Amino acid sequence: MSPSLSYDVVVLGAGVAGLSAATQLAEGGARVCVLAKGVGSTHLAPGTVDVLGYSPERVEEPGGALGEFIAAHPEHPYALMGAQAIAPALEWFAACIERGPQPGYSYTGGLARNHLLPTAVGAIRPSALVPETMAAGDMRAAGPVCVVGVRVLRDFYASVCAGNLRRAGIDARAVEVDVDVGRVEANSLGLARCFDDERFRAAFAARLAMLLRPGERVGLPAVLGLRDPHGAWSDLQRRLGHAVFEVPTLPPSAPGMRIYNALVHALRRGGGRLVLGSEVRGVEREAGRVSAVRAHTSGHETTYHARWVVLATGGFASGAIELGSDWRARETVLGLPLRGMPPAGEPRFGADYFGPQPMSGVGVAVDSSLLAQDTENVYVAGAALPGAMPWREGSGEGISLASGHFVAQAVLEHEVAAAAA
Amino acid sequence: MIDDLRHEPLRSSLDHCVKCTICETACPVSNVTPLFPGPKYVGPQAERYRAAAQPSDEWSVDYCSGCGLCTMSCPQGVKIAELNAHARYAVKQRKGMPLRDRLIARPTVLGRLGTPVAPVANATLRARPLRAVVERVLGIHRDAPVPSFAGRTFRKWARGHQAPATGTKIVYFHGCGTEYYEPDVGEKVVAVLEHNGYRVEIPKQDCCGLPLQSNGLFEDARKYVLRLARALAPHARDGTLIVGNATSCTLMLKREAREILGLEDDPDLALVSRQTYDICELLLELHDRGQLRTDFEPVEEVVAYHAPCQQQGHWIGKPALELLALVPGLEVRELDARCCGIAGTYGLKREKYPIAMEVGADLFGQVAASGAELVACDSETCRWMIEHGTHRPSAHPVELLHRAYRL
Repeated sequence: MSPSLSYDVVVLGAGVAGLSAATQLAEGGARVCVLAKGVGSTHLAPGTVDVLGYSPERVEEPGGALGEFIAAHPEHPYALMGAQAIAPALEWFAACIERGPQPGYSYTGGLARNHLLPTAVGAIRPSALVPETMAAGDMRAAGPVCVVGVRVLRDFYASVCAGNLRRAGIDARAVEVDVDVGRVEANSLGLARCFDDERFRAAFAARLAMLLRPGERVGLPAVLGLRDPHGAWSDLQRRLGHAVFEVPTLPPSAPGMRIYNALVHALRRGGGRLVLGSEVRGVEREAGRVSAVRAHTSGHETTYHARWVVLATGGFASGAIELGSDWRARETVLGLPLRGMPPAGEPRFGADYFGPQPMSGVGVAVDSSLLAQDTENVYVAGAALPGAMPWREGSGEGISLASGHFVAQAVLEHEVAAAAA
Repeated sequence: MIDDLRHEPLRSSLDHCVKCTICETACPVSNVTPLFPGPKYVGPQAERYRAAAQPSDEWSVDYCSGCGLCTMSCPQGVKIAELNAHARYAVKQRKGMPLRDRLIARPTVLGRLGTPVAPVANATLRARPLRAVVERVLGIHRDAPVPSFAGRTFRKWARGHQAPATGTKIVYFHGCGTEYYEPDVGEKVVAVLEHNGYRVEIPKQDCCGLPLQSNGLFEDARKYVLRLARALAPHARDGTLIVGNATSCTLMLKREAREILGLEDDPDLALVSRQTYDICELLLELHDRGQLRTDFEPVEEVVAYHAPCQQQGHWIGKPALELLALVPGLEVRELDARCCGIAGTYGLKREKYPIAMEVGADLFGQVAASGAELVACDSETCRWMIEHGTHRPSAHPVELLHRAYRL
């Protein structure tokens, strides 16, 4: 006997796309199991929801710019789903965070207008929906900015951040706070845990207050708590008497972990299962259906039967799509056909690292309902979709949330129809 | 010696590390103490400096508790905890093995010595002045939670137990915790299995070698685990499943012995590994096939559930939650704290007990806030730590099922 379990839907991947799809499926009454080789990219991403930042010039109003963007990119996931797919996904996400385990923590913004937030090196980055703890960092707002370094956090260079903001015409300066965390260095996660502690915040605020000038907005690395970021952020604002905003750090990302925690919490509350560490090693097919996946568990394989499969395993970065030495790309989990490979003779990579990279448009071939080609029951969501360059477009979380929402709705509609029949 | 231990699949997994830090977010230890710089730093980063010709005396790897959450979280499939176990072995080989580590790694020896004189042994283990001496001489922390000898063994009960004549044969791997400290848990496991139509066989068995392995005593660990594999393999060969309630010990059989001790090629172990199940994994599977009896009576209680790290290392999710949800009246609050801190024998050690308590603080706080009267947890050492840290009783999830079945 090899163990086998049956679900309505098996979701592969525990990033934003997979967890949001799975949670919405569970909330809709489906029996769902998420299988993932490991934790997804939430822990590495800034924790903002970027929908459309560049097209190709910086986008002020993503909602308004989507029509033109879609017309110019007919293969893009947004074009397949339609612009109207995005808003309900963002609304669901914001509500999910608010119902989450971090009391009072919320997101602000939407499709109407991008925030212009500073990165850790002081570049300006457009983002549609952002944590409340980052909103005051919008560089369009008036008032001087004070970027605060924390000595133990050696990966955050306040002076570099402030220097680049000054070059962009913003009145910014940097200060550094030396505070005892019981060790000579800490990463953003270690520091975020400290900020969950009110005594630590009091000590920190006392030191920082002496360095601030009236009217300054205070930019801190995004370490303002993990369990209670709303509490930590509001407490710090109150103690300092200044507006405070978080600036995303190098990984690990505390705001990203907050998203993961909220999504997993919601998935569990909805009755969904999460199995981490388990890698899909084989597939069972019946005609055009993937009827089961065989996943590696310690000691043996476990077969997960499902009526529907959602593939949300990511793209090249996660290893879900590989480029072989024979220049063939393949989807490594289910062996699905791909689309978007640059034709022979055309350039595959650009010389500029952050410039256009034709190869990155490769993804799982899907139809306009995001159903994978040649299958009747495998939906695709997130970075596995073809036709996008999220790092250039500033569209990563938008694609993940919109497609997660889109495929969850599609599966639920099928289930309702099947139940009615 | 070191090189032949290092199986290529393990070492080559290093190449997949992209230094993303996700393992660092999962590590319970590095988040509370600077003595352990974290799985990425000690693992994939330091590993490239470790070569047979250039031994590294980087001692911080000994502060890894071996919980394995890093490996489970890694999206690239790097065997971080397993590589760190090898590095610890190598360091201890050169720097020497404390007597304490040799001693606490042998639960069967301790069990055989303690069981016949349980009242005296238990009183001794709780005598403060004596524990202070033991701490000074042996390095076992005076406050560390040590279990009480039951004064009787599970096997003695099993010998007198009248098994049903019919039913699907299943082998019960009870482990040392059940044998010497919690024979009642073993009795309940047998009762639950029999209630579901199994005929339980309990072959002669000894320690799986996990404490030896986690303390870097690889040679002895291999002897123990292979001896156990030889005892269980004849049953596995005819297709019989092996089920256990000690999640760390079943994990040792399923995966850790093969990966960490380099025993991938042993056919007996491979067979046993494939046939071994965690008890909750088995019961959930039965339920999925419609074969689990669900004649549960209501249990009106609020229970907190903590999935031990080594249970999570089975990579099967948390089947106990699904099972406990079947019991009417039972309200289960899932805790999301990482680790209780004890990690087998780690938290017993003088220099590591304070770290273990700090690791466990999050869990203990969550238990207190949950309002639960009891903490369900699959692993016995974790239950002892939870009882120590929360002053609340703790039980294996199967004990709750047993209660709901009114067996």
